[in-house]
This record gives sequence, C-alpha cells and structure tokens, in this order.
Amino acid sequence: MGTALAIVWMKDLLSVIMLSGIYGLLSASFFVAMDAVDVAFTEAAVGAGISTLLMLVAITMTGHKEHHSRHKPFLALAVVMVTGGLLIYGTFDMPSYGSSMAPIHMQVAPRYLNDSMQEIGVPNIVTSVLASYRGFDTFGEVVVIFTAGIGVLALLSAVYRSEEITKIHLLNDSMHEQHLILRIVSKMLIPFILLFALYVQFHGDFGPGGGFQAGVIFAAAIILYIMVFGMSTARRVINQPFIKLLAATGVLLYGSVGVFSLFSGKNFLDYNALSANPIAGQHLGILLVELGVGITVASIMVIIFFSFSGSHVPPKRQQKSTGENNAS
Amino acid sequence: MIIAATLAIFVVMSMAIIRAIAGPTLYDRILAVNMFGTKTVLLISLLGFVMGRPEFLDIAIVYALINFISVIGVLRYSDSAIFKHNGEDIE
Amino acid sequence: MDFLLNISSSLCLLIGSFLCISGGVGILRFPDFYSRMHAVGVTETLATTMILIGLMLQNPDALVVLKLILILLLTLFISPTASHALAKAAIQNNLRPKLDKRDNNEQVTSSNR
Repeated sequence: MGTALAIVWMKDLLSVIMLSGIYGLLSASFFVAMDAVDVAFTEAAVGAGISTLLMLVAITMTGHKEHHSRHKPFLALAVVMVTGGLLIYGTFDMPSYGSSMAPIHMQVAPRYLNDSMQEIGVPNIVTSVLASYRGFDTFGEVVVIFTAGIGVLALLSAVYRSEEITKIHLLNDSMHEQHLILRIVSKMLIPFILLFALYVQFHGDFGPGGGFQAGVIFAAAIILYIMVFGMSTARRVINQPFIKLLAATGVLLYGSVGVFSLFSGKNFLDYNALSANPIAGQHLGILLVELGVGITVASIMVIIFFSFSGSHVPPKRQQKSTGENNAS
Repeated sequence: MIIAATLAIFVVMSMAIIRAIAGPTLYDRILAVNMFGTKTVLLISLLGFVMGRPEFLDIAIVYALINFISVIGVLRYSDSAIFKHNGEDIE
Repeated sequence: MDFLLNISSSLCLLIGSFLCISGGVGILRFPDFYSRMHAVGVTETLATTMILIGLMLQNPDALVVLKLILILLLTLFISPTASHALAKAAIQNNLRPKLDKRDNNEQVTSSNR
C-alpha cells in the first residue's frame, strides 16, 4: 500500500514507472502466497515486465513531469469516498475470506473440480476451465487483444514518412556499437527465452502456463532483440506484414476450431467433435486453441512495441563515437 | 530454516522499497527495482519449497528473465533527453 | 547421509540470508549511488547462489535440481550484466560519484607511508 501511495504522490513520471514495476511484482507475490500459480505467472510476465517497458517507451515520446492541475477536485474526492464507503459496507455481508460455504464454492466450482479429470483429462484445471469449459470467454479475450493491436496500428502508423524513418533508424543504430557486453549476453539469452516460451506454451496442460503467458514471454524475447540490436536490423529479421498476418492467423485458428465443431453437428467450440475419442478431441482442441492464443498475443505485443518505438528520436550527442564498425 | 530465509528476504525487500521511495536520483530507484526483482525470484523459489509445490520454479525463471528485460529496456532508452542528470535532483 | 545433507543445506541458507541482509543494509546506508550499486551487485549474486544451492541439497529430485541449476545460471549471467548496464548509463548521463575531497598535490599511493 505504501507503494501505491508513493505512486500517487510523486511528480516525476519515470519514478512512477519504476514504482509501478515494484507494485506489479508485489501483487504477483501475493498471488503466489495465495496459491494461485497461473495468475501469478501472468501478472509477472505482463504487469511487471511488459507494461513497464511499454509505459517507458510512451514516456520517452511525451514529457516526464506531471502537469500541475489548476483546480482542486473536491467534488470528485467526495464522490469517490462515498462510493468507496458504500462498497466497503457492502463487503460486510459477504462470507469471510476462504470460507467453504461461499457461493463461489458451491455452484459451478465443485463440478469443475470433480469432473474435469474424467471429461477432459488435463491435470491443470485452470487450463481446462479457461480453454474448454469457458472457451467462449477466452475467444472474446483474444479478440479484445487483437482489437487493441489494430487500434494502436490505426493511431500510430499514420504519422510515418519514409525518409524520416530511415534517418531516425540510422541515428538509432549508430549507438549500438557501444553496448558490446549487452549484445553478447543477449545473443546467448534470446534462444533460451524463445525455447522457454515454447515450453510454457505446451506444458500448460500439466503445470502453470498456457497461451497468454507463452505469448508474452515470446514477445519479450523479440523485444529484447529489437532493443539491443537496433530497429533496422530488427526490421530485416522480422517482416512487418508477416507479423500482422500472424496476429490475424491466431484469431482465425481459434475461430475455425469452433466453426469446425459447428459443421460437425455439435455446439460452437465443443471439442468432442474433433476426434472419435472425446478425450482426445478435448486434448486436440485445447492444444489448437492455446496455440492460437499464443500466436496472437506474441504478434500483437511485437506490433505494439514496433509502433511505439518506431517514433523514438534519440538526441544528438556532442562527441561522435569513434568506432564505425558494422552493427551486427 | 527455509522459513528463516524467507523472513530474511522479506526484510530485504522492504529495505529495497524504502530505497525506491526515498532515493534521491532516478538511478537509485532503478537499482532498487532490479534488486527487488532478484529477491522476488528467491522468494518465489523459497515459497514453493515451503508450500510443497515445485511448479513455482517456472514462475521464478520467468521473473528473472522479465526483470532483466525491464532493466535493459530502461537503460536502452536512457539516452533520451529526459534522463539527463545535470546536478539537480530529479525528485 | 541425510543428516549431513540437512546440515549443509541449512548452512548454505544461513550464509545466503546473511549476505542478502548485508546487501539490503548496504543499499540503505551507503552515501552514493555507485557504492550502493556495488553493495547490491556483489552480494546479490552470491546470496542467490548460496540460497539456491541450499535448496538443491534439500530436495534431490532430478527435475527440481535441474530447474534450480537453470535459475542459478540465469542469475549468474543476468545480474552482473544489469549492474554493468546501469553503471554505464549513469556515467553517460553525467551522474558523478561522490569523491573524497583531497588536495591535488598529495597523491596517496601504496608506496607512500
């Protein structure tokens, strides 16, 4: 809570970003202490890592001091306090934390917990709920992520002019010869991170993991590559139109699994229709669906990072760097 | 013994938070965040052993990588003009 | 044998926690950014190594030991690189270390007594 207060109090936005990184890590530790492993995984990858990075890139394009607001918002403060007080008063009626008579434990959850192993056969119940029992919600989440990526592209691609881009990228690249140690260590780490992302993706049935976490880790490896090796090298390695195609392919994969079930005569996203043996059908369905989620999340994160950092103009330095070696 | 080590790491994490809030320059805060991330990796591993679930080690690996990428990201964009420290304190 | 493993694991955990706390005290009490970074960077790597070795000795299951070795190798790579990058960025952005005030004429070298 001290971190949250400090975040609100500080005026320098860079420090705010650092503190929100700590806040993300703290909440992930709480989730671990409450034995919610998958949520902690996702919170670690997204809240503590990627959002700090993206906010930082956004701030390098805007200013970093908070504007002093002219009016004191007393009315807003009063409304917030009244609403908050009413909500806290409402929680007195709720069952106490962790009690087994709470409604959430009585209605749907016992059926998931008891029947998941027979109906689906996947040891990780979070994955089975996410991908099979509530598969339609997950489809909505993937579409939301895809729409966010399209929104960012629509807003930020309109600013480009091609000769300015080349000039910006040349300026960006000329500074990378100085970071020799970073480049060597990143060269060793990036294949490992990509491999670990694949492990998390396919091990999501048996341990914590799944499509969202794997997509974020994959995107983090590519972002590391872009940051250390420069934008123009990255554009040669990672083709922009191909990544956009990949993002759409993930959503399409998810949707076509559902439509295939429809054409086989069952409900939308009913995985029993995918194979003769229903358990094998569930396994195949979960595999394809998580793959679609992972592909979409990874490509959208990479697209967002490309759009944000493509407009970053570094300042000119006083002395030129003496090494004029090649950038790779 | 593991519980004693867990308590020690809690103490160190609160020290890092104090430094993050009170550090006069921005770099103190980046250092505190980096240290906090490394201690979180240790905390997750220890909590996994205390609670008898070795699956937590996957989370620890992810934290280590994400912490590294965040710090490198901050420093990669540190050549932007807003990081210049001209002798006056960034608050 | 079991008893020996227990003792050595507890010893490693104890050393690791002590190093960790000394790093934490260092980050609070040292006067300058560079000295703080030195305290954190040095103690954090060794403390992580000790605690992870202590955990490895406690649970000799093969997959768990493999993952702990993985975390150890990652930390050995990542921690010094992050300290290096942080110091380099701080120097390039004109953050000066707090030096001792000495007269320029008296050069104290190790051969002077």
